[in-house]
Amino acid sequence: MILTNIDSVPGRQITQHFGLVQGSTIRAKHFGRDFAAGLKNIVGGELKGYTELLQESRAEATSRMVAQALELGANAVVNVRFTTSSVAQGASEILAYGTAVLIE
Amino acid sequence: MDSIELWISIGIPVLLIVIGRLVGATLERRHYEDIIEREARFRTQPTFSNKLLHAPGPIRSASLAVGSVVISVDHFKRFLSGFRMFFGGEVRSYSSLIERARREALLRMKESQPDADAYINTRLETSTIASSTGNEGMGTVEVLAYATAVQYDRAP
Repeated sequence: MILTNIDSVPGRQITQHFGLVQGSTIRAKHFGRDFAAGLKNIVGGELKGYTELLQESRAEATSRMVAQALELGANAVVNVRFTTSSVAQGASEILAYGTAVLIE
Repeated sequence: MDSIELWISIGIPVLLIVIGRLVGATLERRHYEDIIEREARFRTQPTFSNKLLHAPGPIRSASLAVGSVVISVDHFKRFLSGFRMFFGGEVRSYSSLIERARREALLRMKESQPDADAYINTRLETSTIASSTGNEGMGTVEVLAYATAVQYDRAP
C-alpha cells in the first residue's frame, strides 16, 4: 500500500479511481498521563505522553483508512489529509482521508 | 496564622514561576541546540511545500512521511503572556513555543523517512490541546507535519 499526499504516485500510472476512503478514531487521555503532563507544564517542553497518544491515534486512523482502501481493491491512497478536532475536553478525534486508486 | 497562609498562597505560585523560568530556559536552549544539530543532517534533502517537481531523473518511490510533537510553555512564560493579554500586542513568549514545535515536527517527519531525496507537498497543522482539568492546557500545542517523501532513480 503506497500513501502519498499529492494527486498522483510519482513515477507510476493510475489506472482506476475508487473514490474517498477514510478512517477515524477518538481517543481520550488517561489520568496518569494527564497528571504527568500537568507537572511537565511547569517547566515547559515536550509532553511525551500526549505526543505518543496522538501518534498512536493517527496510526490507528491511517490503518483504518488503508483497510477500507484494501477492501475496495486499491493498492494506493493519494491526496491523504489529516485533521484533528476536539470532541470534548480531554478527547480528540483524528481523521485521515484520501482517494483510493489502483496503480500499475 | 494568617500570615503563614498568605505566604503559602503567594509563595507556591511564585516558586512555580521561578522554577519555570530557570528550568524552562535551560530546556529550551538545549532543545534549540538539538534541533540545529539535527537540521544540519538533512541539509541535502530539500523540503518543498509545492507539488514539484524538477526532479533530476525518474522517481523510484514515493511514500508518506509524518511527524508530530506536543509542546507546552513553562509557567514563567505563561505568567508573562497573562500581562500581554491585558495590554495587547505581540505575545513574544509564545512565538518560540510555536517555532520549536514546528521545527521539531518537520525533523520528525524527515526522520520517519530518512532515505528520501526530497519531501514534497509539505503540510503543517497546528492544534491546541485542552486539558480535562480546565485552563491548564493553555499554551500547549500539537504540530503535525506531513509530506510525500520521494526517492530519485539513480541507477543508469
